Amino acid sequence: MQWFGPLWLALTFAALGMGFYQAATAPREATMGDLYRVFFYHFPHTILSFLWPYVNCFASFAYLYLRGRDQEKAQAADALAVASAEVTVLYASIGLATGMLWGRAAWGIWWAWDARLTTYLLLWLLYVSYLIVRRFSAGGQTALIAAVLAIFAAIDVPICYESIRWWRTQHPAPVFGGGEDAGIDPSMWPAVLWNVGAWLMWGLLIIGVRYVVERRKQRYQAATALDFLNSGDDTVEAA
Amino acid sequence: MLKMTYAQHVWTHLQKDLRLEWRARDSINGMLFFALLVVVVFAMAFDPGAYPAITRQISGGLLWVGLLFAAVTALNQSWAREQRNHVLEAQRLAPSPASTLFLGKALANLLFVTAVEIILAPVFVVFYNLHPLGNAWLLLLILPLGTWALVINGTFFAALGLRSRNREMLLPLVLFPIAMPALLAMTQATTYVLTNEFTPNLWMKVLTAYDIVFTTACILLFETILHAE
Repeated sequence: MQWFGPLWLALTFAALGMGFYQAATAPREATMGDLYRVFFYHFPHTILSFLWPYVNCFASFAYLYLRGRDQEKAQAADALAVASAEVTVLYASIGLATGMLWGRAAWGIWWAWDARLTTYLLLWLLYVSYLIVRRFSAGGQTALIAAVLAIFAAIDVPICYESIRWWRTQHPAPVFGGGEDAGIDPSMWPAVLWNVGAWLMWGLLIIGVRYVVERRKQRYQAATALDFLNSGDDTVEAA
Repeated sequence: MLKMTYAQHVWTHLQKDLRLEWRARDSINGMLFFALLVVVVFAMAFDPGAYPAITRQISGGLLWVGLLFAAVTALNQSWAREQRNHVLEAQRLAPSPASTLFLGKALANLLFVTAVEIILAPVFVVFYNLHPLGNAWLLLLILPLGTWALVINGTFFAALGLRSRNREMLLPLVLFPIAMPALLAMTQATTYVLTNEFTPNLWMKVLTAYDIVFTTACILLFETILHAE
């Protein structure tokens, strides 16, 4: 399995390169000109930042289930939850940033309190608060508190989405599945698919790396705690 | 052993919290003065007398923001009471269902925040020269629904942060993002009462759904939180 990581990394870079090439050579858009090309980065990042929270929610449920049953697997689930939450925040940040760049050029404003923008900002806020809670909570409690909070966040996302959609709308109607006028020219499909695929591979790669780092941290902490306990025994005997 | 129903357990916990508050009256007094200060601070930010139309538009939001800030100060204290003399450890050992402790406390907090609202709402009306153009009786539904939405999650997250560092700071950081759809709904519904520009039915439904969903989640997950170690 040693070769799997480097191979995945190489494939990811190849796909990202291909995505960039496709995005740069796709035909100019009729009304927006070259400006629309940011869509090829905005769309994959936003759509994928709605995928990672599911991983986070699943891992959190798994942690709560495994907690009293199999400590090792529970720790693994917790590591996956951290990794996916961090990548959610990363992708949502890039989605927000590219969206704001486009908004400034197309609408003339950086930000509008429109339904989709607001929901998306709330998604970002929810997972930032999740990461802050992880940082604040005391040692042994972190995983449990975070898992419970992740479930609350996952419940909140659909409620947020629906209630704000009823509230107001300025964002362009969804490009995919948004009615008769929606959709893109067939010549733009390769650029969209390559970029979604490439950024999906990239997201999985960094989740994997963060997972491995988190697992090593857990093992290191467990080893340190064990050392401390052992040395503690000695001092008790000596006293 | 004396057999008690679930409702009796909740009632006992509620009585205990009400009795504690009655003796000290810390939460209600603190919240009330804090909310009054928020009303005054907002009046510094804009002139409520000079722009009656704008005042009517935004007062619903201001009322709820003031209540939210005030509620957070009290919610942080509501579990601190249980930590004195290791009462919480005793609660863990008690044979009553863990969620009754939670529900009792949430109901007590609901009553405290409602008491503040009953005093604060007339103050708002007087200070901001408001007269509602919509159906003001709907407030009898909006206020309890909205307050419950804040208090149920607030009580839960206050318990969540019990053993964390920066407990006081943690609660708003967690509560505000999660409460955002409820805040939107209660603000919109209250704005309807003041302006009569749209119908509030949708927002009442959102609030009700939010209350039901999160009450269920809190009751299901509270035992996990209480026994966390």
